[in-house]
Amino acid sequence: MVKTLGKYITGFRRDSILTPVCMIIEVICEMIMPLLMASIIDKGVQAGDLGHIYKVGVLMVICALIGLLGGLIGAKLAARASAGFARNLRRGMFENIQTFSFANIDKFSSAGLVTRMTTDVTSIQQAYQMLLRMCMRAPATLIIALVMAFSINKKITSVYMVAVIFLAVCVSFLIRAAMKYFRQLFKMYDGLNSSVQENVTAIRVVKAFVREDYEIDKFAAANKKLYDICVKAESIVVINMPLMMTTVYTCILLISWFGAHMIVNNELTTGELMSLLTYCMSILMSLMMVSMIFVMMSMSIAAMERITEVLTEDASIKNPENPVMEVKNGDIEFKDVYFRYNMTSKEPVLTDIDLKIKSGEVIGIIGGTGSAKTSLVNLISRLYDVTGGEVLVGGRNVKEYDLEALRNEVSVVLQKNVLFSGTILDNLRWGKKDATLEECKEACRISCADEFIERFEDGYETKIEQGGTNVSGGQKQRLCIARALLKRPKVLILDDSTSAVDTATDAKIREGLKTAIPDTTKIIIAQRISSVQHADRIIVMDNGRINGVGSHDELLKTNEIYREVYESQTVGNGDFDENGGAN
Amino acid sequence: MARPGGNAARIAAKSAPKVKNPGKILKRVLSMIFEKYWLHMIIVLSCVVINTFASIQGTLFTKTLIDDFIAPLLKQATPDYAPLLAAIIRIAIIYLLGVSASFLQQKLMIYVGQGTLLSIRQKIFSSMEKLPIKYFDTHAHGEIMSIYTNDVDTLRQLISQSLIQLAASVITIVWTFVTMVMLSVPLTIVTCIMIAVMMMVSGTILKHSGENFVKQQKSIGQVNGFIQEMLTGQKVVKVFCHEEENTIKFNELNDELFESAYNANKFANSMGPISMQLGNLSYVLCAVVGGILALSTKSSLTIGAVASFLALNRSFTMPINQVANQFNSIIMALAGAERIFNLMDEKPELDEGYVELVNAKIVDGKLVETKERTDRWAWKHIHQADGTVDLVPLEGDVLLDKVDFSYTGEKLVLEDVSVYANAGQKIAFVGSTGAGKTTITNLINRFYDIQDGKIRYDGININKIKKGDLRKSLGMVLQDTHLFTGTVMENIRYGRLDATDDEVIAAAKIANADSFIDRLPEGYNTVLTGDGGNLSQGQRQLLSIARAAVADPPALILDEATSSIDTRTEKIVQAGMDNLMKGRSTFVIAHRLSTIKNADCIVVLERGKIIEKGSHEDLMAQKGKYYQLYTGNSITA
Repeated sequence: MVKTLGKYITGFRRDSILTPVCMIIEVICEMIMPLLMASIIDKGVQAGDLGHIYKVGVLMVICALIGLLGGLIGAKLAARASAGFARNLRRGMFENIQTFSFANIDKFSSAGLVTRMTTDVTSIQQAYQMLLRMCMRAPATLIIALVMAFSINKKITSVYMVAVIFLAVCVSFLIRAAMKYFRQLFKMYDGLNSSVQENVTAIRVVKAFVREDYEIDKFAAANKKLYDICVKAESIVVINMPLMMTTVYTCILLISWFGAHMIVNNELTTGELMSLLTYCMSILMSLMMVSMIFVMMSMSIAAMERITEVLTEDASIKNPENPVMEVKNGDIEFKDVYFRYNMTSKEPVLTDIDLKIKSGEVIGIIGGTGSAKTSLVNLISRLYDVTGGEVLVGGRNVKEYDLEALRNEVSVVLQKNVLFSGTILDNLRWGKKDATLEECKEACRISCADEFIERFEDGYETKIEQGGTNVSGGQKQRLCIARALLKRPKVLILDDSTSAVDTATDAKIREGLKTAIPDTTKIIIAQRISSVQHADRIIVMDNGRINGVGSHDELLKTNEIYREVYESQTVGNGDFDENGGAN
Repeated sequence: MARPGGNAARIAAKSAPKVKNPGKILKRVLSMIFEKYWLHMIIVLSCVVINTFASIQGTLFTKTLIDDFIAPLLKQATPDYAPLLAAIIRIAIIYLLGVSASFLQQKLMIYVGQGTLLSIRQKIFSSMEKLPIKYFDTHAHGEIMSIYTNDVDTLRQLISQSLIQLAASVITIVWTFVTMVMLSVPLTIVTCIMIAVMMMVSGTILKHSGENFVKQQKSIGQVNGFIQEMLTGQKVVKVFCHEEENTIKFNELNDELFESAYNANKFANSMGPISMQLGNLSYVLCAVVGGILALSTKSSLTIGAVASFLALNRSFTMPINQVANQFNSIIMALAGAERIFNLMDEKPELDEGYVELVNAKIVDGKLVETKERTDRWAWKHIHQADGTVDLVPLEGDVLLDKVDFSYTGEKLVLEDVSVYANAGQKIAFVGSTGAGKTTITNLINRFYDIQDGKIRYDGININKIKKGDLRKSLGMVLQDTHLFTGTVMENIRYGRLDATDDEVIAAAKIANADSFIDRLPEGYNTVLTGDGGNLSQGQRQLLSIARAAVADPPALILDEATSSIDTRTEKIVQAGMDNLMKGRSTFVIAHRLSTIKNADCIVVLERGKIIEKGSHEDLMAQKGKYYQLYTGNSITA
């Protein structure tokens, strides 16, 4: 994991190495200070040498300035390195996500990917900056302070050694104990937040079932649990401080006692004793920093893991070695196709699909909820790969094509479709980058989107909000169809893309498609019989199998499911859907 | 509870948040703490005083050690260590006192801090649950969420760290200052000058870093927005092979963010080294001045006093820096607290109703209230005038009489709508998007209150019915399905909490959800997460129908409840629901003809007005809008 993430420091390696160096310079300067102080007191003040005081004073100022310089450069470099690291991580993730197949996206879920790219990266950026600035600083302070103390007096420094080892053992023990709770804590905290989120978005359900008090009780239980764990975790953390203080105070007292003896015996000077006591504080501070680094690092481990997962995820669908760049025509063939989303699931989603579609044919697909209609068409533009058998487009296995070439020729209007923020024109041009206004208008005419676009004040320049919230469901669907049409594809797949459009408009769109792109193979998935009944052939899907294929009239006679669906929509005296279709 | 990272950035980014009345908010926060934990807080504050006292004594010990003990020792022929030992023991006791006080203080603060947070979280959530739907419709959900995630977190810091540190800092500053003045006035002046310089420098840096953090925040907003939008639409991106364009655009935004993050952090990071080295300079200055003073014969300043002063110099600059840093986070926390209090103070949904819904049975031909679950419900109407109790049988006839309604108070969404649903009837609403279909159902269950006109339920004005009871009497299946984290079983049981497993399964069968649930990896025990993200829209709808079915309500509202279910399955579901709702009223909203065709009365809405009303046959015969909509003979959509 560290190795994977390490690669993303590229470009900021120099900064990452120099920061700790600067920090060490800063620490050295800081550590020299007490030494110079001792000199001022011993050789200057006590010896009555004013010249020495000035000399050392100047030295101290220089020292402070060098320290300042080190600190400032370090601050700058650390900021650059960590911001750069975060940038590289985001870029790396984004680029890798762009190669993801639908299966990869399903695995992480869109929301999951968003969190990884935002919150997790930010927390790593913070941790990395902290690491760069502290990782050397704390140990360096500790070591230098110890060395300095050692150089002043070997005997007395042994007191520190015992103290440091004692503290290190205690603190590492405490951290380990606390981390156990912290890990639980994060999970719980996330759980609590997501339960609040659910309550906010589903407030209508809560209110409709009068479950306010039930939810409040549920929240109270989770809240109390969180409290208990927080108290447990913090109870361990608070031992840290008194423990350190006790140790350091003990050191100070011991040093005072032995130091006094040594001064009397002329083994130590007063100034040196003072320096020793100052180093004592430095050591305490550095120990506290070390323990903080540990906590920070272990907190960000979860984020690191999540990011690494995205970075190392292999796209499950890749371009072949020598891709075919051209799709000959709109022929489609399924040969013994089996498909499952998840290798571990018992039943395949699609079983034993054999089907030939000729270029230019209009195919309707109908079937119940969960009968795998969408799964079937998703295989054509290779949004998913088959588990068994093969899918051919234009006479070649889809796996032989360049993905972009294939997808440009096989245009899918997804069931869960999305418009992006920007103008209507911007959105339409997703289909064809350099489409002229005229081309866009033409596509909108076919998809019957022109009528409402022209009614907008800004026409084609109307801004679409993120997620397309300012257009109605039916308008959105028509825009999505227009967008797909602009590709001028050889195969057009409409996956339940007119469900929010009324029957009359639906019929008009179909009519438009027929005359505008007669040679394009059109596959229409629909719930409404009227949407498919005029197709050349209709495929009835049931439980992942083809239950029947044929024209409307044939299926009415031979296929029970089709007849049932038909009757469910037309029972009674009104055969309006049929009229609508004929219109 | 804090998640790692992000805090410093957030603090600096909002370096100048506007808090209207910080004093008042601080007072409210404090009163929340003291109200419940006044004893804790008194002990804590005493501990802070003791601890501060101990640490200052500790700092002064160096002077005492050198001046009063080591210096005399040097003069003695045979050194007598007894006074030194006594002094060390004395200071050891003071240290011990300080450490114990600090431990006690921290330990108590856990309970105070976490306890206060516990009750604040609970209060926010409870107030939130009681808010009217309007609040949720008019506030961005992200905004509400950030109260729980960000604002509570900054408040936690305020309570468990800032307040105590602030108290300790102030005590230290005052105490140190007094001691410093007592030790040496000239040196105190030198120190104060340096402090002033320090304040000026850090003020400038803070301003710069604040500006840059605002830029960074904006950049972050852009990048996150882009990520959010594109990753949510990633499948569309793939279908249109838009990966490269996206990457280019993303890299641009990402590079911008890098620049602004670099600048912002650069300044923020310089704060530490600069104030530290200024502190060192102050130290040097005092040393030099102190040395000169100690040397000059006129001055009474001893070497030990200089040493002590230097130690004090450190412990004076440190808390001042802390207060300066703390100031920002306190303002931040108060801004958060203000949002928290605003949510808490938000007016809850009013419920002035008094008519209750009770189960009833017929004893000797008379309707009697009963505790057990029966097929019969009654409205328990306690007359306010004389206290007599009436039991009105629940029939389910709903009358809308000349109802006007507007969400904003300006534009009428519904105008003069009158509908009468007889007990046991199925009423359907049709019309194009925005015609006001969903609004009507929102009025019947009082998610919103009408402006004018009346809605009566079995002859009772719905304003008089307790909201909870009114809603319990109306099973709702909403346009947007929402599932909760939990098993399938729990999700269905949400409709009626005391339903047995068998009842849940029976309801699932009515909704025709049983068969797909069985195919889920763990059947009814499959855990759904993220709003049931792994189910298809149709399956989610089946589950929410099952949820309504298990509630077994006297009346039912189906708002586009079957829009994603294929017509064949829908027919089965409908048969099941019709059976369940036999003799009870049902309101249906749908744009699909097959869903509404067998309704007793179909109401056609357009722009908030009823334009046609009648059975399917009537309306077809009328050859009006309804006929147009469903024969495809209409000119426009």
